Amino acid sequence: MARKVFHAMYDDDDKLKEAAQLIVDKGIRVKEVFSPFPIHGIDPIIGVKRTRLAICAFMYALTGTSLALLGMWYFMISDWPMNIGGKPNQSLINNITSFLPVTFEFSVLCGAHGMSITYLLRNGTVPGMIADNPHPRSTNDRFIMEVTTDENSSMSVADISQILSSTNPEELSEKEY
Amino acid sequence: MNFVFSKRAKITTFVLMALGVIGIIGGLNSHNPHDHGGQEFWSNLLVCGFYFLAIALGGLFFYALQYAAEVGWSSQLKRVFEGIFHRNIPAFSIVLVIVFVASTLHLNHIYHWMDPGTYSEFVIPASVEGEHDTYTNDAEATGAQVNLGIDKIIKNKRAYLNEGFWWARTVVYLGVFIWFGNWFRKKSIEEDALDGTTLHVKMFKRSAIFLVLFAVFSSTLSWDWLMSIDTHWFSTMYGWYVFSGMWVTFMIFATITTLYLRDKGFLPKVNDSHIHDLGKWMFGISMLWSYLGLCQFLLIWYADIGEEVIYYQQRFENYGLPLIVMCVINFVVPFLVLMARDAKRNPVFLRLTGCLILIGHYVDVYLLVMPGTMYGHSHYSWWQPLMFLGFLGLFVYLMLNSFTKAAMVPVNHPFIDESEHHSI
Repeated sequence: MARKVFHAMYDDDDKLKEAAQLIVDKGIRVKEVFSPFPIHGIDPIIGVKRTRLAICAFMYALTGTSLALLGMWYFMISDWPMNIGGKPNQSLINNITSFLPVTFEFSVLCGAHGMSITYLLRNGTVPGMIADNPHPRSTNDRFIMEVTTDENSSMSVADISQILSSTNPEELSEKEY
Repeated sequence: MNFVFSKRAKITTFVLMALGVIGIIGGLNSHNPHDHGGQEFWSNLLVCGFYFLAIALGGLFFYALQYAAEVGWSSQLKRVFEGIFHRNIPAFSIVLVIVFVASTLHLNHIYHWMDPGTYSEFVIPASVEGEHDTYTNDAEATGAQVNLGIDKIIKNKRAYLNEGFWWARTVVYLGVFIWFGNWFRKKSIEEDALDGTTLHVKMFKRSAIFLVLFAVFSSTLSWDWLMSIDTHWFSTMYGWYVFSGMWVTFMIFATITTLYLRDKGFLPKVNDSHIHDLGKWMFGISMLWSYLGLCQFLLIWYADIGEEVIYYQQRFENYGLPLIVMCVINFVVPFLVLMARDAKRNPVFLRLTGCLILIGHYVDVYLLVMPGTMYGHSHYSWWQPLMFLGFLGLFVYLMLNSFTKAAMVPVNHPFIDESEHHSI
């Protein structure tokens, strides 16, 4: 059987949400939704898995914390012990207070950059990458739902097409891929 | 629907208050050999009074903030906030005023800048052994000698720290808080019977004015009531530090109260998103408090100037363990426990960490007051936690009692619909 992908386009986010609810109730899995802005409440309807970005962020920030402490330990304690304002030198733990701001900033820096880069890579939206949204207007004022036959192998192409068109999309396209 | 004060809750609060009375009696009869004239008792009264007044003030501030920022989600919780502040501000103002009157009458020496021996130029020694010396600035007075015990720093601060001006400020603070608290409450109840947004706009404007006043007063009141205990010492971060403590204790109190009311069915439309938002405030303001505390400590530690370091010196030397435990509870616990989204939606997590942080902030207020009044000699004994529980009972009683007086969910608040459909 040919693998097919359907794209149903709507002109309002609420219409898309209703349509998604309708077809999910009929047992169709929605693969993806393209929208110019986040649609509130769409995640539980189409069953988006919980993001693991937060775990990544924590690991990046932890890397930042360790790097900052390691760096300052090397610069200020080990390689060339610095005596600033009569503070005890040659000991990281006794000087930890003065290293906290830098550690904090470096953790934030690593966490934020790591998270942004991961997000862009995972999303496929790194500057210069070819856009994979099915229709250019999904970045402007149209909302598109993507359904594939791969994910709905129990249903026939005609059934899917019929159910999708029953939600009154503005435009329904059917492509092989 | 009005709140129904259950018999069980009533008995609990009365038992707590009875424990508080026992605590007060115990405090008045305490035998700390280093304690002269009940200093420890009065300091504890200040700690408890300020701690609970701070929760109520945090409530008034947050309430005004909701209006000034035109916040929708919290409009269902409006009555919870009102209940926390509107009877408790006057009640705990009275507790503080009792402490202040006693200080002014020299029944205690919490504010040692009030002692004329620290700022008067001359002293007239007592003629009879055992009587008090008289102090004067009049060199011509009979028997006047130069006061060798004069404290130059305190004398220089006399322009700001003198009883008259200090009392005038105290009266203005408390008057403004009580007046605004009552006004907000009154208008809020009037709104229940009224359609339209006239009152809402009025409260919006008034709350902006209150926030301006509170911005100044929250700093100055903490200088006057708490920082002046360590008269020689000063810190520009202090007001913010105390303010963030007020705010976070209030957020926790509001969260726990909301969970209680929701369990009892008085807030039927409050969903997990509201609880999540309250949890975010708990987490966020805990971080604000830690940040301000660290900033204050960091600058003083770094500069290492004797007159500044003395404050932390006293605390680390004599109160090292409670200080560190307090910092762990107030920073590390919310940081690790409340970071995750699910934890902020979980009533068990919120209640447990909330109670822990409330105790942590009690220790915080204790450490703001005690090292300056008792130095290394304070002795934490049985009557002090009892006193705290007593005031907790009073606070909760007044709060629950005020819930019975008006509909638990405001009827005509313009954002109530938005709040009922709050979803994040």
